[in-house]
Amino acid sequence: MKNDWKKYIIVFFITTALFATAAGLSNFFSNKKLDNLRSIQSKLATDILSAETQFSLLSELSCNQDTDNWNLSPELNELADKISYSEGSFRSSDELVELKRYYSLLEIKDYLLTKRINEKCGEKFVPLLYFYTTAENCPDCVKQGHVLTSLRQSYPNLRVYSFDYSLDLSALKALIRIYEIDDTKLPALIINEKKATGFKTIEDIEEIAPEILKLKTISDIKKEKEETEEELKIEKELSESN
Amino acid sequence: MSVLIVIFYILSFFSVYIQVFLFVTFLENRKKIDIRSKKLILKNYPTVTVIVPCYNEEKNVSLTVESLLNLDYPKGKLNITVVDDGSKDNTWGVLNELYGSNKRVNLLQKDNGGKHTALNLALENTDSEFIGCLDSDSSVHPEALKRIITFFDNEETMAVAPSIMVRKPKKFIEYAQQAEFDMAHYNKKMLAFLRGLQVTPGPFSIFRKKVFDQIGPYKKAHNTEDQEIALRMHRHGLLIDHCPDAYVYCGSPNTVPKLYKQRVRWIYGFIKNALDFKELFFKKKYGNIGFFTLPAGFISIFGAMFLLLFFLSRVFNYIGGKVIQVKVVGFGSLFGSDFNFDPFFLSTETFLFISIFLYIMVIVALFNGRRMIHGRKIFSFDILLFVVIYSVVAPFWLMKAIWNAIFSRESNWAAERNYSLNQLK
Repeated sequence: MKNDWKKYIIVFFITTALFATAAGLSNFFSNKKLDNLRSIQSKLATDILSAETQFSLLSELSCNQDTDNWNLSPELNELADKISYSEGSFRSSDELVELKRYYSLLEIKDYLLTKRINEKCGEKFVPLLYFYTTAENCPDCVKQGHVLTSLRQSYPNLRVYSFDYSLDLSALKALIRIYEIDDTKLPALIINEKKATGFKTIEDIEEIAPEILKLKTISDIKKEKEETEEELKIEKELSESN
Repeated sequence: MSVLIVIFYILSFFSVYIQVFLFVTFLENRKKIDIRSKKLILKNYPTVTVIVPCYNEEKNVSLTVESLLNLDYPKGKLNITVVDDGSKDNTWGVLNELYGSNKRVNLLQKDNGGKHTALNLALENTDSEFIGCLDSDSSVHPEALKRIITFFDNEETMAVAPSIMVRKPKKFIEYAQQAEFDMAHYNKKMLAFLRGLQVTPGPFSIFRKKVFDQIGPYKKAHNTEDQEIALRMHRHGLLIDHCPDAYVYCGSPNTVPKLYKQRVRWIYGFIKNALDFKELFFKKKYGNIGFFTLPAGFISIFGAMFLLLFFLSRVFNYIGGKVIQVKVVGFGSLFGSDFNFDPFFLSTETFLFISIFLYIMVIVALFNGRRMIHGRKIFSFDILLFVVIYSVVAPFWLMKAIWNAIFSRESNWAAERNYSLNQLK
């Protein structure tokens, strides 16, 4: 038993070292993920800045394919998914809150830009602002999230911008003031300037904003894409045969 | 950090600690592990009595007795005492017919009173230097007894436990037990090195007769007399060793319900006996049995149970989320057409790495046990079966055993016994 005391202590240190390794590995991968978030965010920032600049340069912006296809949503959505996953799993650090603030800011900028394109080029997109909260338990917010994800997948030109009501960001506070969003009535939606509070189903949303139904659906877009590709292919074949 | 996560970290810290402790013991002692394949010749052969308690075993008792008769041991030195514990079938008739005239086999009959009473009756009727027991669903390797006897060259050694194998595994559940037993060999041998082995298994553990003279006969001990006697030996400072190359082949439960029943009895017995011997805990004079083996047993029980509940709670959480999703936007939403694999969403939480470490250590223990016994270190599918079946089913028998322990509901030893009938055929 005498020698065993030493062993009890040595094993304690080995076990602690194993735990430290596990924590270290987890930290390493978390940092990798944060790097990934940062790089998506910096790409988004550049894209938005570039679009804004383009818009300012061409004061008489001609509505063309660029504006038709103006879409940062996939990146914004990817970022939203990843930030939300990170909050739920690997850490809730100040850094992540900072990333989320920046993300919200990018959303607002994209929202403003989308509105400007709509004004110039007709109602190509329907912007939808969605306010939820993470400060307290909000089962309706979870359900609303599913509804919006589903709608967004059906109508790519429905631009969903999600905002965490509890986030400390002055631009977001301004948005909340403008639309008079009350934290007791979350989730809240602003669809083309029309406000709706409480959980809304797909049908409810389509009723509030029937313009959504006029948007191109994912199958329309896919079909158009296929047709364009087909045309390009034929043109290419023709030019080759000539 | 939630309470669940904190409990998880505490339990997994102790679980990893236990595995590391055993592994360090293995590294210290691995050269002392000797697997003998050649026939042994001993300098002297002490007298040995092997007791076979049986109850309603008319069909398989002869295989057990035959395997004992085939032991490579001088005829005059080995006595086999078969005790019919008031069988309701024709066990007594079969025994008399087969061995009535065999001088090496001593037949005793008594009213049914439980395994410990059968063992004690035989103990009263023997004056051999060494005493063993062999359950009537087991058979032994011909060299087993000699190999065990060599461990008594150490005057201090008072009992020696064998290595138990599954007899002719056929079903998945039996292969899973085979892998479990491989790990058990490793654990037993390491605990023996630590002088903290907590059980002298019913099948073919051999004792010096003076153990019983000193500490008394078997007790009922919650139907796990083999655990109770080992703890009683520790209380008296008597050393128990483990002989890895003494192979005993046992019939094992061949369905999950039977395995469940057997394990509830074992774990229930462990809890009740450990509580009966609570004075062994954390006392310097009792050594590692109180500082390591018994606490490790409790941590393993609670750890395995908690791990399952922990993972189930996460799975239910996930499923609950999906149910809400289906309710809100329909079934089709589960199969998004734009699914892309992104490693970002692979979990990299600390608890995941700790779980991986823990599983690796269990597999290493299993491999070490396998190499120790069979001299090979190959991966086979029974390891997977073991990990899968035991991860899922074991927590339930652990919970049931704790439930029974709290409300003192004993399970019946004899009720389990019929599982071996078919395997012995």
